[in-house]
Amino acid sequence: MATLHELTRQGALHVSDVKRHKGLRAHVLLLPAYLWLGLFFLFPLLIVVYYSFTERTPLGDSIPVFTLEHYARLWDPLYARILWRSLWLAVATTLITILLAYPFAYALARTPKRWKNLLLLLSVIPFWTNFLIRTYAWMVILRSNGLLNTALMSLGVIEYPLSLLYTPGAVLLGLVYGFLPFMILPIYVAIERLEPSLLEASADLGAKPWQTFLRVTLPLTAPGIAAGVLLVFVPALGMFVIPDLMGGAKVSLIGNLIQNQFLGARNWQFGSAASVVLMALVIVGLRLYKRFFKMEGVF
Amino acid sequence: MTVRRSGIRVAAGAYMALIFLFLYLPIGVLVAYSFNASRLQAVWTGFTLDWYRELFDDFAIWAATSNSLVVGVVSAVVSTVIGTMAAFALHRYSFRGKGAFEAFLQLPIVIPEIVMGVALLAFYVLIEMPLGLHTVTIAHIAFNISFVTVVVRARLYSFDFTLEEAAMDLGANRWQTFFRITLPLIAPGVAAGFLIALTLSLDDFIIAFFTAGAGSTTLPMQVYSMMRFGVTPKVNALSTLILLVVVTIAAVAQFIVQGRNGKQVPEEE
Amino acid sequence: MKKLVWLVLAGLLLAFVPAGAQQVLNIYNWAEYIPDDVIRDFQREYGIRVIYNVYSNNEELHARLRAGATGYDLIFPSDYIVPVLVEEGLLQEIPHEAIPNLAYVDEQFLDPPFDPGNRYTVPYLWGTTGIGVNTRFVKEEIDSWEALWDPKYRGRIAMLNDPREVFAVALKLLGYSANTRDLEALQEARDLLIEQKPLVLTYDSDNTNHLLAAGEVWLAHGYSGDVLMAADVNPDIVYVVPKEGGIMWMDVMAIPKGARNVDAALKFIDFILRPDVSARLTQVIHYPNPNRGAHEYLDPEVLSDPAIYPPQDVMERMEWIEDLGELAPVVDRLWTEVKVE
Repeated sequence: MATLHELTRQGALHVSDVKRHKGLRAHVLLLPAYLWLGLFFLFPLLIVVYYSFTERTPLGDSIPVFTLEHYARLWDPLYARILWRSLWLAVATTLITILLAYPFAYALARTPKRWKNLLLLLSVIPFWTNFLIRTYAWMVILRSNGLLNTALMSLGVIEYPLSLLYTPGAVLLGLVYGFLPFMILPIYVAIERLEPSLLEASADLGAKPWQTFLRVTLPLTAPGIAAGVLLVFVPALGMFVIPDLMGGAKVSLIGNLIQNQFLGARNWQFGSAASVVLMALVIVGLRLYKRFFKMEGVF
Repeated sequence: MTVRRSGIRVAAGAYMALIFLFLYLPIGVLVAYSFNASRLQAVWTGFTLDWYRELFDDFAIWAATSNSLVVGVVSAVVSTVIGTMAAFALHRYSFRGKGAFEAFLQLPIVIPEIVMGVALLAFYVLIEMPLGLHTVTIAHIAFNISFVTVVVRARLYSFDFTLEEAAMDLGANRWQTFFRITLPLIAPGVAAGFLIALTLSLDDFIIAFFTAGAGSTTLPMQVYSMMRFGVTPKVNALSTLILLVVVTIAAVAQFIVQGRNGKQVPEEE
Repeated sequence: MKKLVWLVLAGLLLAFVPAGAQQVLNIYNWAEYIPDDVIRDFQREYGIRVIYNVYSNNEELHARLRAGATGYDLIFPSDYIVPVLVEEGLLQEIPHEAIPNLAYVDEQFLDPPFDPGNRYTVPYLWGTTGIGVNTRFVKEEIDSWEALWDPKYRGRIAMLNDPREVFAVALKLLGYSANTRDLEALQEARDLLIEQKPLVLTYDSDNTNHLLAAGEVWLAHGYSGDVLMAADVNPDIVYVVPKEGGIMWMDVMAIPKGARNVDAALKFIDFILRPDVSARLTQVIHYPNPNRGAHEYLDPEVLSDPAIYPPQDVMERMEWIEDLGELAPVVDRLWTEVKVE
C-alpha cells in the first residue's frame, strides 16, 4: 500500500528505481537486528552445531576432527528413550491444554460484555506469572506435609500421607498447569475474531451445531490453536526444571540431558548433538503441523 | 430451545469457574501461606509478616532484584529500538530475501530456550567473555528483538501511512514527520513491545541460568535456588511480591493496548 | 500514563542500583554450609558484603568453573575433585602468610594427598555420608544400607542426587570399593540402583535436612551434618553409619582463578579458622572441624557425640572417594541408565 502511494506521489520515478532505493532503506533499518541476531543468536547456534560434529578430548575440549559419534550415541536405546519420553510428554501436555483451553476460550469469548474484560484480565494474569512460582505453588499443595495431604489426613481419609509430589503424574500436572494460560489466550483471540454471520449462515444452510463446529468454527480458529501449540509444545519439549522439581529428579527428559551434559558431565559435544536434535525436532514438528493444517503465519 | 440455551450457559459458566479455580487455587494457597507463622507450611498456626521482614533483610534478594531490573530495563530499551526499526522495515518495504529474514526473525521464538541458553554459554566461553550481567543482558536483547518486532508489526497494520504523506505534503521534513506524526501514532504499539520485552526479561529463568556468572543472579534464579535449597515461607513471600509487581505491569500493558484501540485483543507472541 | 510508567521505572532503577563503594565477597558453596550468623559477623567486622551462591555437587561446581563462571572469590570443593581443578588450572595458590590462623589446623588434616603442601586449599569441614532415620516411623534398628532397599519404605526414601555417592552405596552393599574400576561391579551396582528406584521418593542433594525434618521421608541417604540439623528440629531423627561402611570426605576452601576479591577471600578463610568461629560451625551445622583450637569452645557432648566425631572403629570402615578419570563418562552413563528406568 505505502509503496503505491509513494509511487503516485513521486510519479516520475521508475518502479525498479524505487524498489532499489526502498530496499536499501529497509536494510539500513534492519541492520541492527541483523547484526545482533547474527552475532548473539545465529553464531552461537552454529558453534553448537560445530561442537556436535567434533571429537572430545578427555578434558572435554573439542578437537576439529569430524565425527558422528555423538549422534550415534543418541541412537542408543537409552537416549532414544529419553527423546521419546520427552516427545510424548510434550505432545500429551499440548493435547491436554488444547482440550482444557478450547471450551474455556470459547465460553470466555461468548461471555456478556460487562463481565468479559474482568474475566479476560483474570485469564491474562497467569500468563504473565513466572512459571517457577506457579510450579512452586503446586509443590506447596502436593508435598507429603502439604495442603492436600494434611486435609485428607485430618479428615481421616488416609492414615499416612500419599506420595503425590515426585511422581510422573506430578510432572504432567506441572506442565499442564504451567502452559495452560499460553494456550487459552491465542485460542481466545481466534474465536473472538470469528464472524458470527458465518455460523448463522452455516446453521441456515441446515448444518447441525456439531457440523458447524467441525466444518466452520474449528478450521477458522485453527490458527489460534497453532499459535498456542507454538507457545506450549516448544517450551514443554525443552523443559528441565519441572521434571527436577516436581519429579524428584527421577524422570530424565531431553532438557535434563542437555543441562547435565553442559553443567554436570561436561560433555559439551554430546550435549550439542542433543541440542541440535531437539532443535530439529521442533522445526520439523512445526513444519509438519503447518502443512497438515495448511496454516499460514506460523513458522 | 431456551431451556437448552440456558442449560448450556450454566454449563459454560461452571466450566469457566472450574478452570479459574484450577488456575488460581494454587496461587491463592501460595499467597496465603506467605502469612503463615509455621515454618513447615501445612498447618495454619497464625498470621505473621515475619517472612516479609526476613525478605527485606536479605541482601541477596535485593541484589537479585537490582540485577533483574537493570537487565530488564536495558534489554527492553535496546530491543524496543532495534525491534521497532525492524518492524518498520518489514511493514513498509518489500525487498529481496524478506521472507527468509522474517523466518529468521521468528527463530528465537521457536527455538527451545534451553538450546539458546547452552548456545550462548558455548559462545561466551569460546570468545572468553567472563559471565556477568552484561552476558545476560545481551542474551535477553537477542530473544526480545523477535518479540518486539512481532508485537510492533501487529500494531503497524492499523497505522494509516497517508497521514505521513499529508504531513510531508504540508512541508514537514522526514524527521519532523517521524517525531510529530509517526511516533505518536505508533506509540501504543511500541509501548506494548517495550512492556512485553521487560516482562519477558524479568520472567526469564532458563537463559539466565546458563548465561549468568558470579554476582549476577537474577530474581528468578534467586527464587529457583530458594525453592531448591531449604524451603521456607520466605519463598512464598517473595513470590507474592513478584506476583504483585508482574500483575501491575501486565495490567498497565493491557490498559495501553486496549485503551488506545478499543479492542480487548491481547498480544499474541 | 507513559510518563508515569517511566518515572516509576527510573525511580526503581535508582533505588536498586547497589551503593557501589562496598566490597563484595562472592562465595560459591554447598547449601546451608555456613551458619547465617557467622556470615553476619564477618560482614560486620570487615564491612564486606557476602553473596552466597549454591551448587549441588562437585561435578556442577567443576562444570560451572569450566564454563567460564569466573568471578567467584571462594569455593568449597571436596577432596577428590581438587586434583582435577588444579590440573585444569582453575585454582590459584593460597599465600600461607595471609592466613595466620592456619596454625590452628590439626596436623593430620594438613598436607593431604589431594593437595600436597596445601598449595591451593585450606581445610574447611569434614564428615561422613550415612543414613538419616526417622525413628517415629521406622521402628526397627537400622544398621545396613539394605534398609534403603526395603519395600516397606516405598516412597519414604530419599537418595542424594550425586552419582558418585549413590553408586558408593550400592557398591558398598555389594561388598566392593566405592572407587572400583571394575566395569562388572559398576554394572551390578547399576542394576541394584534400578531395582531400588521404585522405592525412592526423590533424588535430592540439597534438601535432606528439610525432607527428613518435615517427615517427607523416613530414611534419607545424606551427609552427617544435614541429618543432624534435621534432628535439631525433629528429635525423632537419628544418624546411622551402616555396618558396610560409608563415605568420608573433607571439604576445603579454595580461591578460583579470576576471583575478583582475593583479599576478601583470604580474610574470610582466616576468619573461619579462628578457633571460636570454627567451633560455631560445628555447633550449628554439626560437621566436625579440623581446628585444634576449636575444641575448648565446643560443648563436651558435641565432642563425644559419635554421630559428629565418629569413633575409631567406624572410621576404619570409611572410604574416601577418588576421581575416576577416564572412567567418569562410564559412571555418568550408568547413572543416566538408572535415571531413565
